[in-house]
Amino acid sequence: MSIRTPLGRVRGLGSAKSGAHHFWHQRLTAVALVPLTLWFVWSVARYAGAPHGEVVAFLAHPFNATAMLLFVIAGLYHMALGVQVVIEDYIHREGLKLALLLLVNFAAFAVGIVATIAVLRIAV
Amino acid sequence: MAEARSRGPAARPLSPHLQIYRWPITMGTSILHRMTGMGLAFGTLILAWWLVAASMGPEAYAMFESSAFHWFGRLVLFGFTVALVFHALNGVRHLFWDVGYGFKLSTANATGIVVYIVTLALTVLIWIVAYRSMGGW
Repeated sequence: MSIRTPLGRVRGLGSAKSGAHHFWHQRLTAVALVPLTLWFVWSVARYAGAPHGEVVAFLAHPFNATAMLLFVIAGLYHMALGVQVVIEDYIHREGLKLALLLLVNFAAFAVGIVATIAVLRIAV
Repeated sequence: MAEARSRGPAARPLSPHLQIYRWPITMGTSILHRMTGMGLAFGTLILAWWLVAASMGPEAYAMFESSAFHWFGRLVLFGFTVALVFHALNGVRHLFWDVGYGFKLSTANATGIVVYIVTLALTVLIWIVAYRSMGGW
């Protein structure tokens, strides 16, 4: 879907014709995270201090494993998009900015893969 | 010319800035939205640690729990909860703005206050549920 203005579309100008992409994905993940966060907070509060076996049984359930993976992946994508904006706003030294942008994106992928493998090891 | 440049830019008058203005509610929520977002970015590491510990077995999970139950761990997790609840609620406020609702100054201020109050209430509720799950303090 496109949320560019009609005038912008007609002219074909704009930032490489994908100016709204970042904004849109930030909102896409934000909307997804509303119900996922409710589920996550409620689940973690109920399993706080539960024995290891119960936590594993909870995460092994296909619904919970799916919800947890959606929460982790949507959360990390939302995080990478958001932190990118913060870095671009406050860091003006080009080299440092580039290094931090690389770090944030690599960290998002690394944490996402680690968490996914952990959930799959329990659930599959 | 060279002399003028060496003295740096002239001291021009500045418009009133952060220390001068009374903090509007919307400014507070905006800054907190960024700060909690940055906090939550680091919080993802705790979430990953929890999942990895659970996947590794009872011993690794016991190690995670000993850190989480330590007073400093509880403090961090409480901060994580406040940040998550605030960022989620204020994020919903942002989503309404994105589709064009709630821009009236009185509305924006009122929803800001509501976010603060509900954040406090939900955070306390979550921790009551958590402590009940743990069977006490």
